[in-house]
Amino acid sequence: MNFLSIFVFIPLLMLLGLWLVKGQKGIRAVMVIGSTALLASAICLTVQFLADRAAGNTAEMLYTASFSWFEPLHIYYSVGVDGISVAMLLLSGIIVFTGTFVSWDMCKEYFLWFTLLSLGVFGFFISIDMFTMFMFYEVALIPMYLLIGVWGTGKKEYSAMKLTLMLMGGSAFLMCGIFGIFYGAGGQTMNILDIANLQNGAHAIDISQQYIWFPMTFVGFGVLGALFPFHTWSPDGHASAPTAVSMLHAGVLMKLGGYGCFRIAMYLMPQAANELAWIFLILTGISVVYGAFSACVQTDMKYINAYSSVSHCGLVLFALLMINQTAATGAVIQMLSHGLMTALFFALIGMIYGRTHTRDIRELNGLMRIMPFLSVCYVIAGLGNLGLPGLSGFVAEMTIFVGSFQHEETFYRVLTIAACSSIVITAVYILRMVGKILFGTCTNEHHLKLTDATLVERFPVIVLICCIAGIGLAPFFVSDLVNGGVTPIIEHIGYVASKSNPFL
Amino acid sequence: MDYSQFLYMREELSLLLVILILFVADLFMCPDKKSGKGVYNTALPVVLMSVLTIVNLLPCCGAQACEAFGGMYQYAPMMTIVKSVLNIGVILVFLMAHGWLSRPENKVKQGEFYIVTLFTLLGMYFMISSGHFLMFFIGLELASVPMCALIAFDKYRYESAEAGAKYILLALFSSALLLYGISFIYGGTGSLYFSQIGALLSGNSLLSLLGLTLFLAGMGFKISLVPFHLWTADTYEGAPTVVTSYLSVVSKGSAAFVLFTVLIKVFSVGQLFTDWNIGLFWIIIASITIANLFALRQKNLKRFMAFSAISQAGYLVLGAMGGTAQGMTAMVFYLLVYLVANFGAFAVINVVEQNSGKLGIADYNNLYQTNPKLAFLMTLCLFSLAGIPPFAGFFSKFFIFMAAFNAGFRLLVFIALVNTIISLYYYLLIVKAMYISPNDQPIPTFRSDNYSRAALIICLLGVVLLGIAGWVYNYIDTLSYGLDTIL
Repeated sequence: MNFLSIFVFIPLLMLLGLWLVKGQKGIRAVMVIGSTALLASAICLTVQFLADRAAGNTAEMLYTASFSWFEPLHIYYSVGVDGISVAMLLLSGIIVFTGTFVSWDMCKEYFLWFTLLSLGVFGFFISIDMFTMFMFYEVALIPMYLLIGVWGTGKKEYSAMKLTLMLMGGSAFLMCGIFGIFYGAGGQTMNILDIANLQNGAHAIDISQQYIWFPMTFVGFGVLGALFPFHTWSPDGHASAPTAVSMLHAGVLMKLGGYGCFRIAMYLMPQAANELAWIFLILTGISVVYGAFSACVQTDMKYINAYSSVSHCGLVLFALLMINQTAATGAVIQMLSHGLMTALFFALIGMIYGRTHTRDIRELNGLMRIMPFLSVCYVIAGLGNLGLPGLSGFVAEMTIFVGSFQHEETFYRVLTIAACSSIVITAVYILRMVGKILFGTCTNEHHLKLTDATLVERFPVIVLICCIAGIGLAPFFVSDLVNGGVTPIIEHIGYVASKSNPFL
Repeated sequence: MDYSQFLYMREELSLLLVILILFVADLFMCPDKKSGKGVYNTALPVVLMSVLTIVNLLPCCGAQACEAFGGMYQYAPMMTIVKSVLNIGVILVFLMAHGWLSRPENKVKQGEFYIVTLFTLLGMYFMISSGHFLMFFIGLELASVPMCALIAFDKYRYESAEAGAKYILLALFSSALLLYGISFIYGGTGSLYFSQIGALLSGNSLLSLLGLTLFLAGMGFKISLVPFHLWTADTYEGAPTVVTSYLSVVSKGSAAFVLFTVLIKVFSVGQLFTDWNIGLFWIIIASITIANLFALRQKNLKRFMAFSAISQAGYLVLGAMGGTAQGMTAMVFYLLVYLVANFGAFAVINVVEQNSGKLGIADYNNLYQTNPKLAFLMTLCLFSLAGIPPFAGFFSKFFIFMAAFNAGFRLLVFIALVNTIISLYYYLLIVKAMYISPNDQPIPTFRSDNYSRAALIICLLGVVLLGIAGWVYNYIDTLSYGLDTIL
């Protein structure tokens, strides 16, 4: 078996281990060992990948391997990684690792579904076969129902059902799109790289077919990437989910959407991606601005963060649709940065909620004196979110907006300027929330006796902050890694499109 | 006459042998009247059927398609696969039935249950391998008349007898329709042999169109497709749970496969090919959509499973669209996966009913707290029915949609996909009841009997492994045939 399959095997072993062990200690041991192993493998992979790239290995995907699965249907279990997937695997490793510590007191069944969710996420990022990818995508979606429905808070049944049905609705579109791509490209291979290469030859997907399957695939993944108007599952889902699930969901799962849009929809149907980008640019533009405005009027801390996620994930799709090198690199960095920040945010909100038993910002104030550690971290997370230089948000948004503005047409520039306004709105809601709950004097007597974070709680928070500051202070490592992955895809989209369109 | 022709029918003959063994065994092993203990038990029929399945499957590798009795009986290696799938279903039924049959009122009837069930199976065998409409009709009747006895097996229970009466009336009605259709075909061609009709049937005459329509209607009753599904919910609710599971999978699956083979063998000349595709197109859309909408509001779990089964039958028949070899593979694989998942769900319903007598969906509230393993198994089976990976149902749904898409029915695939969301909603309602909804008096903790456990373990293994183990699909694919690949 290939080295990459370890990302599937470790979660499988964890599932087996969880099934066998008894008692809270055993469960914790399995989870900590497993998630550490995942993180370690992700780091090893990154180091190895960078070394191989430095050694001059310029193949589009590294460590590829294929195993026959359903031969008559040309379905293979194929794996391989490029810069984007490596970055996403690293992100998933970090979030799963920290998520384990955040859900320290949970029971066995919770961790079973949690691990199944991580299995789906890791499997998705290593696959390069459309079938395998789609399978892992759905594996990652369904545990959410039970995780939110059983261990969530608030109107959890409603949120869990809404989230599951909307995301599964998306995947129904997606399945149609995958069939369309597969048969449109001659029905000979499900491998993404092979299909992309076919397009220069005889089996290009017909442009009229692309017009049908591109919107289907893009919307299918877009639902998960919080594309307006299909984003409504996200605020309810995030608000009702238990802390670690919110972290994993907003941090990693929403990235599946952006990644899929880029890797399948745009990469495999470049002509349609160029022609139809304007429709989706408008929709994502709405996501960006509308999400930010919605966050301003929320009073629940989780809702604020959830709408902020809609806004930031909208920015990812927005940048990808600009189809240029800089913006796409920015989009991937934004995925990383948003994943880490939002995970940090949700972790902190969970810890504060665990103490105060309310997330309503009208009932909270003066927490800085009572729990200084959590409050300081909260401020850091907020500043990262609004794009303060030195933290990861700045790097990502700067790259995105610079890249987007490079587009020469007025329409795109106007949209970019409109999207830029989200930075200001973000500052409004973040500063308002931070000022309201952290500063001032505490008026609630019950809150005065609360304690600061325990060691188990501090650990994941510190890890996340280090990662955020790391990207912010030394962005070149990440951006080199990502850039290498983005370049061939963007070139491919531009190249094939220019071949077909005489006016470009 | 060449008596070696009987060797082609070895599957039917060996099943007959099993029936005879059980018949004799029933004489000697009937319950001891003094102690009231049943000596005759589940083990014997299960072992016999397992041996039969293995013996059938062994020589299947390398077997050739052939005909016997001048084309009355036709054999293709694929039929062995389908029959073995049905065998697995029967084995599961026998395992599940143990608890129900050891009740005092049923103890004396154990032997009859096995024999009657196996007779319906024999009917399905003949139906699958028939090469002549008469043979086909005899098989069909052999499969449906004893079925009525099974449905009314709890004869002192009012609902069971009522369901039996409803079933026999509608089964006869559908048989009449079918016969009427066959008579049109005979009138048009002067032959009842499948191999001859194909060539003789004229593509656009009214006679053949009427024949086709009535044939579809008759089969629609057997597979319980909308608009011929009206008997389903009542019969499923009234029949003993074990029999309901048998009806919903084995009986339905065999009829769907036969529909496929007869359509491609007989009705695929000229305009008729288009006609049946259009007919099935609307039947499938109606079955999936209407059954899904009805399932949303059900309160009784068996009625719920009835509507779920109608919609699943719609997906099953999706494989027949276009009559391709890929469709046949997808259909048989779907049947196998549906069989383990549906039997798994029914096995849980059955043990819960045996131990607590409860069947309402609301009674399952908080089952997870008292019987976590059963709730977990039920969840996996429902996920598989809804088509969620990594369970087998995802693979079978994907493949059947893929086959229909490849055959060119893209709109149909899209509508069916949208319907999977509705079905996911109602399957999740059961999961929600078991895991989330509070309940003051959940079903008390109990231990299910060992035979039911064995059935549950087989279903669990099937649900988890059938999809991931790709060789099952690949093996079925080597044997399948269709309009595009003549065997």
